[in-house]
Amino acid sequence: MSAARVGVVTFPGTLDDQDAAKAVHLVGAQAVPLWHADHDLKGVDAVFLPGGFSYGDYLRCGAISRFAPLMDELIPAARAGLPVLGTCNGFQILCEAHLLPGALTRNASLHYVCRDQPLRVEQNATAWTSAFGQGQEIVLPIKHGEGRYVASADTIAELEATGRVALRYVGNPNGSTNDIAGITNEAGNVVGIMPHPEHAVEELVGAPSTDGLGFFTSILKKLVNA
Amino acid sequence: MSADSVKRAHSTPDEPMPFAELGMKQDEYDRVKEILGRRPTGSELAIYSVMWSEHCSYKSSKVHLRQFATKAPKSEALLVGMGENAGVVDIGDGWAATFKIESHNHPSYVEPHQGAATGVGGIVRDIMSMGARPIAVMDALRFGAADAPDTRRVLPGVVEGISHYGNCLGLPNIGGEVVFDPCYIGNPLVNALCVGLLRKDQIKLATAPGPGNKVVLFGASTGPDGIGGASVLASATFEDESHAKRPAVQVGDPFMEKLLIECCLELYAADVVVGIQDLGAAGVSCATTELAAKGTGGMNVDLNLVPLRDPSLRPEEILMSESQERMMAVVRPEDIPAFMAICEKWDVPATVIGEVTDTGRLVMTWDGEVIVDIPPGTAADEGPVYERPYQEPAGQAALNADTPDRLERPADLRATLLRLLGSPNLAGKEWVTSQYDRYVRSNTVLAQPADAGMLRISEVMAPVRRSSAGESEANEGRSGRTHEHAEPTTRGIALATDGNGRYAKLDPYAGAQLALAEAYRNVAVTGAKPLAVTNCLNFGSPEDPEVMWQFAEATRGLADACRTLGVPVTGGNVSFYNQTGSAAIHPTPVVGVLGVIDDVARRVPSGFTGEGLRVALLGDTREEFGGSEWAHVVHGHLGGLPPQADLAAEQALATVLVEAARHGLLEGSHDLSDGGLAIALAEACLARGVGATVTLNDDPFIGLFSESAARALVTVRPEAFEDFAALCAEHEVPCYGLGVTGGDALVVEGVLEVPVSELRETHTGTLPALFG
Repeated sequence: MSAARVGVVTFPGTLDDQDAAKAVHLVGAQAVPLWHADHDLKGVDAVFLPGGFSYGDYLRCGAISRFAPLMDELIPAARAGLPVLGTCNGFQILCEAHLLPGALTRNASLHYVCRDQPLRVEQNATAWTSAFGQGQEIVLPIKHGEGRYVASADTIAELEATGRVALRYVGNPNGSTNDIAGITNEAGNVVGIMPHPEHAVEELVGAPSTDGLGFFTSILKKLVNA
Repeated sequence: MSADSVKRAHSTPDEPMPFAELGMKQDEYDRVKEILGRRPTGSELAIYSVMWSEHCSYKSSKVHLRQFATKAPKSEALLVGMGENAGVVDIGDGWAATFKIESHNHPSYVEPHQGAATGVGGIVRDIMSMGARPIAVMDALRFGAADAPDTRRVLPGVVEGISHYGNCLGLPNIGGEVVFDPCYIGNPLVNALCVGLLRKDQIKLATAPGPGNKVVLFGASTGPDGIGGASVLASATFEDESHAKRPAVQVGDPFMEKLLIECCLELYAADVVVGIQDLGAAGVSCATTELAAKGTGGMNVDLNLVPLRDPSLRPEEILMSESQERMMAVVRPEDIPAFMAICEKWDVPATVIGEVTDTGRLVMTWDGEVIVDIPPGTAADEGPVYERPYQEPAGQAALNADTPDRLERPADLRATLLRLLGSPNLAGKEWVTSQYDRYVRSNTVLAQPADAGMLRISEVMAPVRRSSAGESEANEGRSGRTHEHAEPTTRGIALATDGNGRYAKLDPYAGAQLALAEAYRNVAVTGAKPLAVTNCLNFGSPEDPEVMWQFAEATRGLADACRTLGVPVTGGNVSFYNQTGSAAIHPTPVVGVLGVIDDVARRVPSGFTGEGLRVALLGDTREEFGGSEWAHVVHGHLGGLPPQADLAAEQALATVLVEAARHGLLEGSHDLSDGGLAIALAEACLARGVGATVTLNDDPFIGLFSESAARALVTVRPEAFEDFAALCAEHEVPCYGLGVTGGDALVVEGVLEVPVSELRETHTGTLPALFG
């Protein structure tokens, strides 16, 4: 069979798209570049929304990106079950697009922070986390200035009650409510996380961990078995 | 109101012009009149005043900088040397690297965030204009005393500016320095380095050949920011009213710069650029005069066509504006549609403002009248050259005579170690470096706190040619490029910057050599072979003969050392006037060294990586405490002479380190510098939390804290030690077995024992306590 095709979205200010494409290649899938200004998902099997500053993010992170032509295609496709992973700015965009609840605000420290962050996988029944054990502790880099997850008390309660917290910080780096580092939608196909799995896939470069590979093998397994 | 035209200049030959206000001396103004055969127009005066400023013309430093060329060692690696936007070196397998360090000191004092941010932006555009994809940045920073109130204003702003701008560009920040010394209060040093990657056959130059070719200004529009920045800010000593100069600092827009990077790379790939120049200091004046001077020799420009952010700007202001994120390209007329289509794809405004001519004149018009008509070379290349007088400072002999011999030696070496380890210069810099993205682009092999940053050369990093340019391709996502010229490679590059102002103050000749030696050594300890040099020379006022002596000695020392070590200077930057009133900073030559490693998988980390490894010290230790951290921290003393710069020993050491790495003999390798062996041991323990037990045979105080150069701390597997020792013997590098790694404490037998946890607490607490 032909390789699974994972779309990697590039906005003008996207930064981690090539990193994501490399990681997709590394697990044997095909990375398909998707351009923000196109009304075209190119028939991909899943979409990776990488980090960066999409349109400069001078307004609010992700606030303009949700109106990009590509998002007109992506939003209904995600609602219909297309697997989508948003990391960092990608997570912010998914929240702005209301594919995920809540918002990412300025870090409690008011500083950008880049560090290797211990995390716990809280929900492995999603399209992007199935390769991990439930409760498994992993290390991924974080690098953001606006990663403090907030939502209404009701939303937080619902996320917790329905097992939709996908990833939790072990040692809160940014003041996120309930140490939340990533969440999933109800169906488990749309996942948003602040850490960067694409920077933790090779021994030689990036973070001193290859725990990021699990996100890519998870989606590959799902697509191959589909 | 019409502008001062050439016609008007002819008819009003005696009209007084404000040359002095623009920082120009009477004799310089007289020379302009002589060149033109009349008085200059206001616009011409604007051009000459900025192009002949110290910042742009190097008029005080030129006679000394020539040594970097005349004494340059033969190097087959050098592809483009000094005089271009940045030097280019051959790194093998068809790849080339371009790198340069540049200062943004004065703006960073006036407005730390924007000053530092635009410093990053400027050096990144220099690298882009060589045809390369920028792939990493690093920053060499100097601040006043760590606990000084103004340092608390300047440092967080500078770090945030670098963090915001660099992170938005998607460039990993892989190293640099943070140094504190009271001499930098009021004159912080912000030296930004950028490195770029390109194929050897893709080098672009700042030149405007081919009459009829179009001159395109693209990127941000032109506003009133930074006007007079070059002549007023960078070329005059701060007086008390310096805050009044705030409007002269430029404001950066990193998103526009990111668009410019991707846009330029796509323009290069489409082969629609004949010549290119970034707009930095002196803006349109610099770009037009330099491009024209290096091309066919002439250019016509209609200044009314320059897109303005502020429509009230006068032509003189347009010429001097230092608005950021702008580039100027020379494009064949038939390529203009393809050029514009690519700019449109990236939402980058682009405007044809003129064309290349063969008249030998740079002619500019405004409202239909000629307001500039000059031979461009006279502004770009034929500025004044000064043989500034210099003399050894009056107090230099006394300073050198005041040796550290008189200082009381410590009784408690454990306490001394912890005091030094927690002192601001030696303490962990994570508070700073954690604000920088070190991972983006996924090629970072080593980053701070490693001795040198190291990047894997990856085939998707550089721009590549396309078979043809066209709108259909321009509409593709950027990951859709083909990579026909790229070959797989295992290679990597390593980069380090170093500089020690205290050493240079004691002996500027040796101090500059020691800065080079340390950067060279920091590259070698990672396993990379040092290849080429960039430098940022930070000094006080060149009008002070004593400062000029420091400058002359430092450049002579650096040029001599580059020749001995076989590493050519490829470019750099001079920053004068780093002084407030009559108090100059320590002379601070900051040297960047770039090296190449054949196989990045063979890179050597700096710390102790596991238990049971043999620990050895390479190189000889002498009693050298002049300018040392110990004398500085414990006694507040600066006197005597700096450590001896033994370049032959440096070269032998580097050879051993690179050879040993290539043969897989090293598990770890760490440079010895500030704070000596004691600090190197502590840092090696902290890297992975692995302790060590070592024995010192001679005076433990000297053994632990002397700062003798040409030394490294290595770890070797026991079974490889014999081979390693033989390699050292072959190159006559002294190798002293010190002990073995393991345990959870640093133990110096009979002298001190400190748990690694206590080392960590001491090392990591200082900066957060100071800066929150």
